[in-house]
Amino acid sequence: MAEQLRVDDRVELDDKDLVVVKNLKKYFPITGGFLKRVVGQVHAVEDISFTIRRGETLGIVGESGCGKSTTGRTILRLLEKTDGEVYYDGKEVFGLSKSEMVNLRTKMQIVFQDPYSSLNPRKTVAQICGEALVEHGLAKKGKEVNDIVSETIEKCGLAPYHIRRYPHEFSGGQRQRIGIARALTLNPEFIVCDEPVSALDVSIQSQIINLLMDLQQDMGLTYLFISHDLSVVKHISDRIGVMYLGNMVELAGKHDLYESPLHPYTQALLSAIPVPDPKKKRERIVLKGDIPSPANPPKGCTFHTRCPYAMDVCKEVTPEFIESAPDHFVACHLVNKR
Amino acid sequence: MENLLEVKDLKTYFYTEDGVVPAVDGVDFELKPGQTLGIVGESGCGKSVTSLSILRLVPNPPGRIVEGEILFEGKDLVQATESEMQHIRGNDIAMIFQEPMTSLNPVFTIGKQIMEAIMLHQNLDKNAAREKCIEMLKLVGIPRAEQAIDEYPHQFSGGMRQRAMIAMALSCNPKLLIADEPTTALDVTIQAQIIELMKDLKDKLNTAIILITHDLGVVAEMCEHVIVMYAGKVVEEADILELYTDPKHPYTVGLMKSKPSLDDNRDRLEVIPGAVPNPLDMPEGCTFHPRCPHAMDICREKQPHLINNEEGRKVRCWLYEKEGEVK
Repeated sequence: MAEQLRVDDRVELDDKDLVVVKNLKKYFPITGGFLKRVVGQVHAVEDISFTIRRGETLGIVGESGCGKSTTGRTILRLLEKTDGEVYYDGKEVFGLSKSEMVNLRTKMQIVFQDPYSSLNPRKTVAQICGEALVEHGLAKKGKEVNDIVSETIEKCGLAPYHIRRYPHEFSGGQRQRIGIARALTLNPEFIVCDEPVSALDVSIQSQIINLLMDLQQDMGLTYLFISHDLSVVKHISDRIGVMYLGNMVELAGKHDLYESPLHPYTQALLSAIPVPDPKKKRERIVLKGDIPSPANPPKGCTFHTRCPYAMDVCKEVTPEFIESAPDHFVACHLVNKR
Repeated sequence: MENLLEVKDLKTYFYTEDGVVPAVDGVDFELKPGQTLGIVGESGCGKSVTSLSILRLVPNPPGRIVEGEILFEGKDLVQATESEMQHIRGNDIAMIFQEPMTSLNPVFTIGKQIMEAIMLHQNLDKNAAREKCIEMLKLVGIPRAEQAIDEYPHQFSGGMRQRAMIAMALSCNPKLLIADEPTTALDVTIQAQIIELMKDLKDKLNTAIILITHDLGVVAEMCEHVIVMYAGKVVEEADILELYTDPKHPYTVGLMKSKPSLDDNRDRLEVIPGAVPNPLDMPEGCTFHPRCPHAMDICREKQPHLINNEEGRKVRCWLYEKEGEVK
């Protein structure tokens, strides 16, 4: 039965997997009225399962509001889950005590999207990047911390004398390097990159992407790379998951995904990217309408309201996320029927 | 064909406390009726200030058009009075902005905002304006236009708001539409909808468009002619096919190579080193020389000119200067 092939059953024994996400759900309450009663739920992440292997980059793409950032933050337990499990290196992240969690935090870090609002303007680079070292008792304040920070920012392409400066003295690209250095000072294993290049200009984007790839090679990092830019994700990732309205609709190796996308949403998303080549004319699938509200997602397959191939079954039954080709997971009735 | 718009040696400077910022420093281009021109560049290169200068919307102080001419159908907009400009804005030249939420007024209905322009510029009464407004909303593909006209901007999604902005801009049949990053704030699938809509409307209404963007993909899909800007100057100008098949200026080349593409499988991206120079402290000579892989001694000393070569291509670079001098 198809049930046998579900991601979550397959992976848990595997030693290659660093992060295993099983049926993760995250809802945010909507409160209203005088008493702030809960009047509804935003279904930000709706039952997703996937794994991240050691040393790989898993890309997550999707449009705004699809739950990709919430997924990243919930895995790091920056947000509490609603339901489901997240295993990091075999341990259930949400089952850990406070002190165990503190220890785990040194291993997983995050790089944020906006390098302007994610750095404290009143702190110097040394303070921003060194704070975690002091907090975790890994280095003494002063020379010891400064040495580690200088070394790290040098790795990220800044100069050691920059540690005394404040964020406003840097350009956008340099600030993002500081954001990356901050994540690296603790020598982590796993970094969630939440749209790290979206706020940057094209010529700076490529510098940061190359930096991230170099660091991965040197330090053996594992990335969860979240972005809405499909060409960037393709460049940096080994495997890619596509999200739509809180669900993961397709997950595959990057070449599989880009050469033979199976889910109609992935196909539309890929065809929507403007190609920087005026001679190339492509058949474009233009989706009608907008993404439905995650507070009130459609029944059945959440994509059926915009899907050009929607059938009756799509409106009623939620498609299962199963492996329809080797290492190629899809949640679509059209594909999984075959 | 007559040129619809001619911009000649436009210089718009900002006079700040820290010094003079030459945001636009000698920009020339021309546009024929019905043509689509793309202006490409990174943030701070002066592409938005160029478009604001055409509409004379640069806030003064601190900004001022210090030199140059903007000839719209032969009339110099730099010298035009404010009341003449009011007649031109919206009527002959319309503009759509990047962020559709902040450019619509949240306390008025969509219909009221579109009708305001129609009533003001076309002397229609309220009922006729309302009809025209519904017609425009239908044209840009807003469903339930009869009801949507009485809704407020917050009830619209990002894509719908941008459609409403386009409806407003096109409601007076302008000859020129300036679109400043019209799809940057939108998701890819919505961006595709808006691009298709703009292409469709261009064919229907024969409006000339200036499309300002940093996305080389969007330019390739929409434009016929492209200008590449860097640090307030035009560094290259060419027809779309020529620019993409044979980019001349090292900056254009770098820009194209640094963008990851879906079709290639390179391991590393090529990089333009460094960052855009501080406008208060521009490097001497060619402003691109600190980042240029081909920089020569002369690049550090003297500014290159915008050279015309025989195919009507223009490039501002010492590498090509010799070819120009021979002629």
